Amino acid sequence: MAMNLNPNKNVPETEGLKSSEQILLQLGEEESYLHMVMRRFLKHKLAVAGLIVFGLIILIAALAPVISPHDPNKIFGEFEAAPSATHILGTDPVGRDVMSRLIYGAQVSIAVGIGAVAIYVALGIVLGLVAGYFGKWVDMLIMRLTDIFMSFPYFMVILVLVSIIGPSLFNITFVIGLLGWPAIARLVRGSVLSIKEMDYVKAGVALGYSTPKILFQHILPNALAPILVNATFGVASAIIMEASLSFLGMGVRPPAASWGNMLTQAESITVLSSQPWLWIPPGLMILLAVLSINFIGDGLRDAIESQNAK
Amino acid sequence: MPLSEQEKPLLQVKNLKKYYPIKKGVISRTVGYVKAVDDVSFDIYPGETVGLVGESGCGKSTTGRSLVRLEDPTAGQVIFQGKDLAKISNKEMRKLRTELQIIFQDPYSSLNPRKRIGDLLAEPLIAHKLATRSEADKKVNEILEIVGLSKQYKNRYPHEFSGGQRQRIGIARALMLHPKLIICDEPVSALDVSIQAQVLNLLKDLQKELKLTYVFIAHGLGAVKYISDRICVMYLGRVMEFATTKEIFEHPLHPYTEILLNAYPIPNPHMRDRKQIVVEGDVPSPANPPKGCVFHTRCPFAKDICKEKIPTLTGKGHTVACHFPLESVNV
Amino acid sequence: MLQYIFRRILIAIPVLFGVTILNFFIINLAPGNPVDMMVNPSATPEQLAMQKHALGLDQPVWSQYLHWLVQLFHGNLGFSYSTREPVTQILASHIGPTVLLMGVSLIVGYLIAIPLGIVCARKQNSWIDYLVTGFSFFGISVPHFFLGLGVIYVFASKLLLFPTGSMNTLGGDGSLMDTINHLVLPVAVLATGIAGNMVRYVRSSMLDVLGKDYLRTAKAKGLSQFIITNKHALRNSLIPIITVIGIDIPMLIGGAIVTEQVFQWPGLGLLTIQSITSRDYSTLMAINLLAAVTVLVANLLTDILYAVADPRIRYD
Repeated sequence: MAMNLNPNKNVPETEGLKSSEQILLQLGEEESYLHMVMRRFLKHKLAVAGLIVFGLIILIAALAPVISPHDPNKIFGEFEAAPSATHILGTDPVGRDVMSRLIYGAQVSIAVGIGAVAIYVALGIVLGLVAGYFGKWVDMLIMRLTDIFMSFPYFMVILVLVSIIGPSLFNITFVIGLLGWPAIARLVRGSVLSIKEMDYVKAGVALGYSTPKILFQHILPNALAPILVNATFGVASAIIMEASLSFLGMGVRPPAASWGNMLTQAESITVLSSQPWLWIPPGLMILLAVLSINFIGDGLRDAIESQNAK
Repeated sequence: MPLSEQEKPLLQVKNLKKYYPIKKGVISRTVGYVKAVDDVSFDIYPGETVGLVGESGCGKSTTGRSLVRLEDPTAGQVIFQGKDLAKISNKEMRKLRTELQIIFQDPYSSLNPRKRIGDLLAEPLIAHKLATRSEADKKVNEILEIVGLSKQYKNRYPHEFSGGQRQRIGIARALMLHPKLIICDEPVSALDVSIQAQVLNLLKDLQKELKLTYVFIAHGLGAVKYISDRICVMYLGRVMEFATTKEIFEHPLHPYTEILLNAYPIPNPHMRDRKQIVVEGDVPSPANPPKGCVFHTRCPFAKDICKEKIPTLTGKGHTVACHFPLESVNV
Repeated sequence: MLQYIFRRILIAIPVLFGVTILNFFIINLAPGNPVDMMVNPSATPEQLAMQKHALGLDQPVWSQYLHWLVQLFHGNLGFSYSTREPVTQILASHIGPTVLLMGVSLIVGYLIAIPLGIVCARKQNSWIDYLVTGFSFFGISVPHFFLGLGVIYVFASKLLLFPTGSMNTLGGDGSLMDTINHLVLPVAVLATGIAGNMVRYVRSSMLDVLGKDYLRTAKAKGLSQFIITNKHALRNSLIPIITVIGIDIPMLIGGAIVTEQVFQWPGLGLLTIQSITSRDYSTLMAINLLAAVTVLVANLLTDILYAVADPRIRYD
């Protein structure tokens, strides 16, 4: 048996090889793939700025009950009050504190953005892996299904579906998650098609690993980079989607606060022209959140692509 | 290694065929087949090394991969220890895989770039529940020592190694499960010449120590001569000649074998006056192989019968598929 | 090539059927029954049942689907549940404004994006490159409704340069100038997004091509920079641009829902929202189907355009 071999047995090896090994040892632990991507990402200034801004928004969402000046649903005596010391951003037509609602609105955007993307990335990964790895009719079926889902204009179907099952935070997250998978599935399938021809996957089969092990431990880790980039941009798009749905009255509905539904009031021309504090801050928050995520996505893509080009 | 006819073969290949469909047209109709492997049969005995030789596209790699069921054969059987690999369940196959391993040609694509060497080597033992994590770790240290690598490399990723080192890791991984038979799919052709000999020596030493059986695939006779007991020459998916290494080099019977030998430099100057056979043309497409003997389009001795009738593999011990074997032509 | 087109169409047919099935069943998830909406609340249960029977709503779902599909083949999309007009007629009256709005926006967007993208690629890392990159990030990140409200606030409400919404002045002469006047703001909003997206692709595609050896050859031959950029480089960087256009085309139908709502533009987007509010499912189904067919056709056109732009692409 292999392990009973005399460990002192001299295996042919030249001096040259030894010295190159020693050089490698002297270099110490070379950086892993993750470190390499991270280092490149950190060189992208806008991406780092985006990461900081988005981190702050997550912090605001998490700490909303602590930092919010008032209860977001508490109705004060004065309606549509201009900004003042007690109400930094004034009050809305119902008499609620705009600043507090703005802070709580962050929770909605983060929840929908990350929740919906998590759902569809999971769906897309499984379907893409299965389609790419098994091929034949399974692939055919899943790819036609993808074509069908991709034929519908994304926002319109989401709008119709949400209107049918009823607008709520949970439902829009669910619907965006249910419909977003085809792009991920295609991406994963494409990667799988090229990765499954690699000898290390064949080696896994020859070593008798189970199919799920090969799919999730050998193929998926090598297909993750483009998924990560796509998912990042996906979070930005889901946040816009939620805001747009809420703006149209088909998303998060008052009294719950969402940046999107805070802008609905601006459809009235008086609010639009004479009470800009009601709609400009939530609009800017959406812009800021989406912009920061798009910067992160751009930085990630650069970091990963230049790594692959190496 | 002397070959005893009484011994039971470890692996038998019987009329193995692997055809890939060619699809065309509006509804992807199958319009033909690429006959990658066409009616190949041979036996492999415990402890020997069989060299599988031929130009690229001759089906040697497909044959090799069929032996470990990385390809499902179109027809024919691969019988390992009395079991037909195509017939047994996936579960049974998975168990059998501990005895049947493969080493790949390209050391750069055969190691998962996201796994550390230690995990990569321990994985087979853990996946087959043959060892706990710490036991596996100990065995990884031992195997690294055996293939001539430092155990300090365990925490490194594959991209930190040279081609020769990677191939050693690939060999180590194949050894983790104590296989009986290892398919070596051109294991040295991607390496620098100076490293090739080291890896070949390693494989030879391992065979002696571990009583391994090898199927060694290569496109030239050079590497195969050094390591093989018997050699199987393939052309366009078919076996042309099968004999001991000595026989192949000293008494080649098939014109194609002769041509391959001519491509291999002869160290002995007295042998150099041997008549050189010149080969013309390219290998025909395996999608549309010539009728009759597949080699007749390039064979200097081809006669009419060669264009009509496929020669059968005949002979005892030294088999050849040719209507006019060289001995009869030269004598 | 012809065979390839034929094959693409054959593949599109089952997809189209899938689209109709999915579309039909999504709409049939709806809990609210249209009859309950349109009939007088004091109607007796018998009257309700009669109404449902008249509309075929007492049949099982699959039989309703088949009925709808057969009607579809006859060019009949049914009647609106809310206004009782034929759906085809309703669609016809709303499709024009949307195609006008989106068509102009796409053209304006591309006219801005393509030259800007080329300039950025030629002057990589210059101040203009950074400026345009900043603009493009703004364009892809800003929600249409926020930008829409912003331009209304500045240009319509404060500066009084343009009307706040709708397609023509109420009681006005409906002249071309009037329509153009109404078009400016919504087009500005939509074109910002379209250009912001496109400029990135043009830039990176041009950068890619400008680094190629054959462009160095063109330069060495002494061709003018103008010819090099616009004849040699642009054509070779077309493929990614065509892909983006192919993805953009379906927006002609379904891309302006939010913008149409903000500007009260009487197109398909506004119709969608009205139909949702009035639970007019037959109209919704028709809009969805129209949008999906547009996507399928756009995909096909994109693939054919590939072959025209890149002679290396062969389809067997």
